[in-house]
Amino acid sequence: MKEMTYAEAVREALREEMIRDDSVFLIGEDVGTYGGAFGVSYGLVDEFGEDRVRDTPISEAGIMGAATGAALMGMRPVAEIMFMDFTTIAMDQLVNQAAKLRFMFGGKAKVPLVLRTPGGSGTGAAAHHSQSLEAWFVHVPGLKVVMPSTPYDAKGLLVASIRDDNPVIFVEHKLLYKTKGPVPEEEYTIPLGTADVKRTGRDLTIVATSIMVPRVLAAAETLAGQGIDAEVVDPRTLKPLDEETIFKSVIKTGRVLIAHEACKTGGAGAEIAARIVESDAFNYLDAPIVRLAGLDIPVPYNRNLERRMVPQVEDIVAAARELVG
Amino acid sequence: MKLKRELCVRMLSKMYEIRIFEETVDDLFARGLVHGTMHLSIGQEASAVGSVFALRDEDYILSTHRGHGHCIAKGADINLMMAEFLGKETGYCRGRGGSMHIADIEGRNLGANGVVGGGIPLAVGVGLSLKMRQTDEIVMGFFGDGAANQGAFHEALNMAAIWTLPVVYVCENNQYGMSMSTNRAFKIERIAQRADGYGMVGVTVDGNDVLEVYEAAAKAVDRARSGGGPTLLECVTYRWKGHSKSDQERYRTKDEIEAWKRRDPIKLFRERLLTEGVITDQEAAGFEEQASRTIAEAVEFAKSSAEPDPDTILEGVYA
Repeated sequence: MKEMTYAEAVREALREEMIRDDSVFLIGEDVGTYGGAFGVSYGLVDEFGEDRVRDTPISEAGIMGAATGAALMGMRPVAEIMFMDFTTIAMDQLVNQAAKLRFMFGGKAKVPLVLRTPGGSGTGAAAHHSQSLEAWFVHVPGLKVVMPSTPYDAKGLLVASIRDDNPVIFVEHKLLYKTKGPVPEEEYTIPLGTADVKRTGRDLTIVATSIMVPRVLAAAETLAGQGIDAEVVDPRTLKPLDEETIFKSVIKTGRVLIAHEACKTGGAGAEIAARIVESDAFNYLDAPIVRLAGLDIPVPYNRNLERRMVPQVEDIVAAARELVG
Repeated sequence: MKLKRELCVRMLSKMYEIRIFEETVDDLFARGLVHGTMHLSIGQEASAVGSVFALRDEDYILSTHRGHGHCIAKGADINLMMAEFLGKETGYCRGRGGSMHIADIEGRNLGANGVVGGGIPLAVGVGLSLKMRQTDEIVMGFFGDGAANQGAFHEALNMAAIWTLPVVYVCENNQYGMSMSTNRAFKIERIAQRADGYGMVGVTVDGNDVLEVYEAAAKAVDRARSGGGPTLLECVTYRWKGHSKSDQERYRTKDEIEAWKRRDPIKLFRERLLTEGVITDQEAAGFEEQASRTIAEAVEFAKSSAEPDPDTILEGVYA
C-alpha cells in the first residue's frame, strides 16, 4: 500500500489505463497544460501528448458528443465536465444519445465512455458550481453512476469504469480531492455495483455516499463514545446499486439513516429507501427510515448558509441518536 | 461533366428505391400497418444520393430523423429497413428503434437521430477517432436547416474545424423546420455562409440536381480525406410531404409545393440521362420497376417476420 490523495488516485487510474490501452483518451476543458480545474489530470499531457489529453473549447455539448461519437467507434474516451452543474449543457448528448444509442440500435452498438465530473458544495462557489445532480443520471436507463468516497475506491472504480462498455458518470467530490488514503501498489479494480461496509456496527445502518462517508464515519466515532454502534454502508455506485449489502445490514440493525448531500426531494436516498421498503428487509425495520439530505434550495454562497444546507457531522450524530432513541 | 453510365444508372436506381420505399411506407401507415410516425424525404432524393455516392463503402454516415434516403443510399438492406418499420425482430434495430432510429452499424451508417441536430456533435467524435487512428476514412454528417439553429451546431462545427477533422457536414435545406420557413429562421441568404465563421469551406448547391450535389460532395470528401478538414455543404431542396404525420400543412401553399414538384429531382435526372443518350426510356422504366419489386419483396419479408419476444424487452440497455 501507498498513501495518496483522492486526486492522485484518479490521476493514477487515468495514467495506467492510458498506458494499458491506446484507445483511452482524455477530452475536456483545460485538461491539458492546466491539468483540469482541480489539477486532476496535471502532467498527463506531457506524458501522452495533446492528441490523447485533448483540450477543448468551452463546449460541453460538443465534448459529450465527441466522446459519444468516438465511443461508438470503439475508442474509450474519458471526458471531463469541469463542474457537475455544467452537465446540464451536455444533457442531450448524455441522456438522449450516449445512454440510448445502444438500445435504440437493437443492442448492436456500444458506448464505452466515462464522464468525470466534480460535484458537491463546500467551496463557496454558490449555486452554479456546487450541485449534486447524480439522481438525474440514476434515473436514465443506459447510464451507470459511480460516486467514490476514498482514494482506494476512486482508483479501483475509475479503472473499472474505463473498462466498462457503457457510459459511466463518475462523480468526484471537490472536498475529497485532497483527502489521503492507502492505495495498493499493484493493479486492481472494484466491480461496479459493489457496496462497501466502511464500518461494522449493530445498532443502526447509515447509508452514505461521497463526502457524506467521511462525515458519517466521524459521526460514528462520536456515537460510539455515546454507546451507539453504527454500521456505515457506502454504495459506491448508485447504478447499478448493490441492494443486497444494504438489505443485509438493515436486517442486522433494524434501523436505517440515509445521508447524502444532494437535495432531499427526488434524491438517490428516496430510491434507496424505496428499495428497502419493497424488500424483505422492511420486515426487520424497528423504526421508520430517516433521510438526511441537502435542503431543497439552490446552494447558497454565504459560508454559514452553505454549511447549513448540507448535513454535517453534528447533524448525523443528532439524527442517529434520535433514530436509535 | 461527362456522364459515366454505370454511376448514373446506380444513382437513378437508388433514387427510385428511396422514392418508392417512402411512398410504400406512407401507404402502409395509411393502412395502419406502421406504428408511430415517420418523416418522409420525398423530393429530397438527389441530396441523399448525390452526397452518399461520393463516399467509399468504408466511410461513415450519421443521419437524421428524415433519414430513409441516407440509409438506402448507403446500401442498407431494404428488407431489414422495412422490418424495422413494422417493428419486427428481424429489423435493423430489432424493432426497438423504428423509422427515426435506424442504424446499420455494419454498413457504417451510425444511425438516424430523433433529436434535431443531435448527430452533429457525434460526427466530431467519429471524425476524431478516425483521425487519431490515422485511417483515411471519413464521416458524413447530415442535418437539416432547422438543426443549423441548434447550439450543438455551433459547438460541433467549431471543434471539427479547429481539429481539421475528416468530416463532411451536409445541410439539407428543405426550406422548413417543421412549419418555420428558412426565411423566418435565418437572417442570411445561404446557411453555408456560416462556414466562414468556423474557418471551413462552405458550399451551396442545387439539392435537386444529383450530379451537382455529387460533384460538390466529391470535392468535400477529397478535402476531408486528404487532411484538408471539414466542409459545410448545403443542398437546397424541398420536402413534398408534411413534416411528419401530424402536419396539417397550414404554413405553405399548394402552388409552392406544385412549383417544387415540377423540379422533381428524379424526373430531372432521368430526362437529362435520356437527352444525353446515357440510357434509354425503356431502361429507365426497367430501373423503376426493379426498385418497385425490391420494395414489394421487402414488405413481404417484413410482414412475414416475427414480432420481438416480449421476454427480451430488457435486452440491449447495457452492454
